[in-house]
Order: sequence, then structure tokens, then C-alpha cells
Amino acid sequence: MSDKNLVTGPESFPEPRFDDGALTQVASTKASRRQFIKGVIASGAVASSAAVFLTACEPGEQGAAPAAAGGVERLLTLNVNGQMRRVDVMPNETLAMTLRYKLNLTGTKLGCDRGECGACTVLLDDVAHYSCSTLTHAARNKAITTVEGLESESGELHPVQQAMIDELGPQCGFCTPGQIMSAVALLTANPNPTRDEARLAMSGNLCRCGAYDNYLNSVMRAAEMA
Amino acid sequence: MSKDMMPGFELYQPDSVDGAVDLLGRYGGEAWALAGGNDSLDWFKDRVKRPQYVVDLSGLDELRGIREMDDGGIEIGAMTSLTEIESSALIQERYSVLADATRRVASPQIRNASTIGGNVCQDTRCWYYRYGVDCYRAGGNECYADTPEGQNREHCLWGADRCIAVSPSDMAPALVALDARMVVRDADGDREIAAEEFFIGPDIDIERMTVLEPGDVLTAIRIPADWAGARFYFEKVADRNTWDFPLVNIAAAMFVEDDTVQSIRIVAGAVQCIPRRLTAVEQAVTGQPKNEATAAVAGQTAVRGATPFNFNHFKIPLLQNLVTRAIRDA
Ligand SMILES: Cc1cc2nc3c(=O)[nH]c(=O)nc-3n(C[C@H](O)[C@H](O)[C@H](O)COP(=O)(O)OP(=O)(O)OC[C@H]3O[C@@H](n4cnc5c(N)ncnc54)[C@H](O)[C@@H]3O)c2cc1C
Ligand code: FES
Ligand code: FES
Repeated sequence: MSDKNLVTGPESFPEPRFDDGALTQVASTKASRRQFIKGVIASGAVASSAAVFLTACEPGEQGAAPAAAGGVERLLTLNVNGQMRRVDVMPNETLAMTLRYKLNLTGTKLGCDRGECGACTVLLDDVAHYSCSTLTHAARNKAITTVEGLESESGELHPVQQAMIDELGPQCGFCTPGQIMSAVALLTANPNPTRDEARLAMSGNLCRCGAYDNYLNSVMRAAEMA
Repeated sequence: MSKDMMPGFELYQPDSVDGAVDLLGRYGGEAWALAGGNDSLDWFKDRVKRPQYVVDLSGLDELRGIREMDDGGIEIGAMTSLTEIESSALIQERYSVLADATRRVASPQIRNASTIGGNVCQDTRCWYYRYGVDCYRAGGNECYADTPEGQNREHCLWGADRCIAVSPSDMAPALVALDARMVVRDADGDREIAAEEFFIGPDIDIERMTVLEPGDVLTAIRIPADWAGARFYFEKVADRNTWDFPLVNIAAAMFVEDDTVQSIRIVAGAVQCIPRRLTAVEQAVTGQPKNEATAAVAGQTAVRGATPFNFNHFKIPLLQNLVTRAIRDA
């Protein structure tokens, strides 16, 4: 089952229960979903705004419990693309949020934010993960690689990136960073995949443009190049 | 709603299982055990479940790995990733039904992050419930799926009791077929529960999918030697090959001698709130020749008593066919 089906509910579709979070400050729990969304937009608390993300999401403001002894330290050192980066990370922060809005690594995209598209794919210790579905604190001991970390020190593109260009892999390009990261993970684990193995390895990356065959051609070419 | 923050919580990363048990016991219903996060974070993002304390089990290496047990069975740590399970030579060799089921879960990235413990403890995917409405399962007085217009294509054929949601897991039927044991720890120590008793329906508790209570940690899943090397069958039918949950799945383990079924366990997923063990099928085929005729009887037997809702009649022939194929092709 996926969220797509929600739009086909009956006329009398019931209202969800929202708890008293920061967002519900702009809409009462009895408000309709439409009113609720309008309210959120009017208040400026929309999705990808870094300013809102950085200011409106302190645990204290959302009625969470006060800090208790033994909870995680917020100041982390993350190993991102081979660099040690000091960063203040909230407990409820996903890796995609940290990468995009704290470390300015916006090559990692957010599509669905629900583990259903792959746009946010990054590598943790060389293995592909959805950064939208990973708590940053749970990744603190891993080597994190994003699409920005693939090119060589001299600025040469990674073979997968070069192959994507040579084979005209992407169409609109939104899913491309995620596709590249999945391909890099595959070729690290299995440098000579069959086309079917590659298809399976890339199956967790949705492409709304349907450029799947072009992506597969790119992966197979990268395997030959490397 | 999609790209804003989850509400705040206190995050703990204990360095021992006992530490985790202690925290989860102390905070009870306010606490949430976090494994791979693939189910958990969705609930938090949607603001439907709002724990104050989240206990991250990801640092607990003692909960990870696949070990051989003295009696010839294996023990899988609850935090072992699905990718590790599907690629384990030991599991492929002895219990291939579990490897086959695992390979059909979600997507490669989700299998890299998800754990076997999280997979068996995950909540149901009924979208009314997940959308956050005040349905029975959420403590209310209504089932929005069980109405004339209710979108119940994915819902149950058996065991409706106010709630009609189903077990979403692909691994659970395989584990019940293998007669797995769940090892659960709380403040009083460890206890072992048969997989078949681990999953519970709305008749027992409408707000939970398993016997786990606040403060319990699933530490491992043990697979006894009994069914090692048996003939196996797993098949899942879903709308898409990636991401989508089963519409129906089937897992079977059987021993066959001289073309006769000596013993069998066969379990269907996504047709009831718990993995449904098809005991009538087991009885019907035990001692019978393993052939087309027996397989056909098995399929008919499997669907007896199924009670569909408006949009899920298709699950009846689907289950019948899957059971027929399992008996014929295992
Ligand atoms: C888009 C999508 C598609 C999916 N498709 C499928 C599918 O086709 N088939 C399928 O079987 N699954 C599917 N899943 C489920 C997925 O495979 C995960 O197994 C599941 O989300 C939970 O695993 P996790 O390790 O991420 O656990 P979490 O999400 O962290 O935890 C899930 C639940 O289990 C509890 N829990 C976890 N570990 C323990 C423990 N050791 N002790 C006590 N409680 C524990 C948590 O408190 C929580 O309530 C899908 C998930 C997503 C997001
Ligand atoms: S944004 Fe992470 S999978 Fe879609
Ligand atoms: S190229 Fe447009 S989404 Fe994939």
C-alpha cells in the first residue's frame, strides 16, 4: 500500500488526529486538512525552508520532554566525503536534513521523504541508504558519501558520473544523484554486474521520467570503463 | 506534509541491551525502540505516533549477526539487516525460504537499513490507520476500511474483529513456517515465544500486532534445526516488484519422501492480522502424493471460510493459486 491511494478515499474521509506539535499551532486539531495545509503555508512553515528548519524545530518548542541525562550529545563530528565536519544535530533530524540544510550538500535530493523514491540515496560505509529515513545520530560512526564526494581530487568525474553523461542517462535529472549513488554502491560491491544484477541494484530508485534504460546503459558502461 | 521536521524527542543510544531494556522499561509507553527506522520515522513524520523518548538500538552489536546453535539451528540477532540475511550462505543453504522472502521486501536501500526485528515488529499498513484517524486500532470506535465505500482492497479475509487490517510482513510467514522462536528480554530476563504466538490479532489486543509490551526488546530469532534443508516455497504478489507490500504471500516448508508429503507447514501473509498458518491444508496434504491433484485440493482447502470485503475478493483466487503452486512446485 502506498500513499498514492489516499487521494481516492470516500467523500466522508475522516480527519487525522494531529497532536499538539509546532505545526498545529497554526491549525486547530478540528480544522480540515485543506485548512490545515493553507495554514501551514501562510505561516511560512513550508517544507524545504532552511530558516524554518533551523529555528522552528527545537525540541523545547514542540513540547517534548526536557533534556534528560544520558541522551545524545547534539554536537557531532560526521565523516562526510572524507572530511570531518563538526555539526549541531537535533535528535529528531534525518541525515538528508543535515546534509542539505546544515552542510549545504544539496546534491542529495528529497523526493518523498518516506523511503519510497531513492532521490536521497547516499552511501554509509559504501552501502546505499535512504538518507531521508536515517537519523543523523544513527550514522555518526559511518563514512558518509554523497554525490559531491565522488569526483577525484583533481576534479575528474567518477566513472559512473562520466558514463551518465556519455549515455545521456538522465532526463530531468532530479533522481540522478540517487541513481548515481546506487550505481556506485553496486560497482563497489560487484565491479562486473550483469544487466539483471544492475537492474535489481537500481530498483530502489524511482525515475518519474522513466529513464530507466538509459540509467542501466550508463551503469553497464561505467562497469566497462572502470 | 512531507518535508518538514519530525516533532522533537529525547534520543538515547545505549551501549548494551540491558541499558536499552532499562530505558524502555523506565519510560514505558512514552518510549519507542528504534531499529532501522523505516517504519518508525514514517510514524513520527506523520505526527501520528509521538514518543517522548526514542531508544536507538543501532549501536548494539550484540544484537547483530547470524550464528549456528549447538542443536544445528541458527540464531539471527534482531538487529541483523535484511541484506545480510538474504545474502547469508548459511540461510540460503538451510532455510532458503527465509532468504527468498527477505529478497522480496521493499527495496535494496530499505533492506540495507531494515532489521529482521523491525520487520516482524512493524505496524500494519492500513492507510486509514496510518493516516492518523481515530479508528479502533488507534483507540477510537470505528473502522473506516469496513464501510460500503471503504478502500479495503488490501485488507483481510479472516479474523476481522472491528479492525480488518493485515500483517504486512514478507518475512513473518517464512518465520512461522520454519517454526521460529522469538527471544524477548525485559527487566526479568529472557523468554522464548513461538513465532506463531508472537503475532496477535485484534481479538487479543486491537492496538498491537505482537505480544511485545512496553519495555520488551526482541533480541534474537532462533530457527530450529527441524526444517533445515526441507523443500521450500515462497511467492509474493504485489502491485509493483519494488516497495509494495504483499497483496498475498505464501511460505511453505515440507519434507517429501517417495513423492509423498511427510510433513508440512504452510503460512499465508496479508490475509489476516497475523501470518495465517493453513493447518487445514497441512492436514489435507500430509500423507498424500505430491502431485497436481493434491495441489488443487490444497488450494481449495486454503480459501474455505474466507470472508472478503467490497474490494478484496480477488485475494481469494490469488491465495488459492499461490497455495496450489506451493504444493505443486516446492
Ligand atoms: C516504502 C516501504 C516499503 C516496504 N515494503 C515492505 C515489503 O514489501 N515487505 C515487508 O515485509 N516489509 C516492507 N517494509 C518494511 C521494512 O522492510 C522494515 O522491515 C520495517 O519498516 C521496519 O524495520 P526497521 O528495522 O526499519 O524497524 P523500525 O522502523 O525502526 O521499527 C519498527 C517497529 O518495530 C519495533 N522494533 C524494532 N526492533 C525492535 C526490537 N529489537 N525489539 C522491540 N521492538 C522493536 C519498533 O519499536 C517499531 O515499532 C517496507 C517499508 C517501507 C518504508
Ligand atoms: S526522499 Fe528518501 S526515498 Fe524518497
Ligand atoms: S530523470 Fe527525471 S526523475 Fe529521473
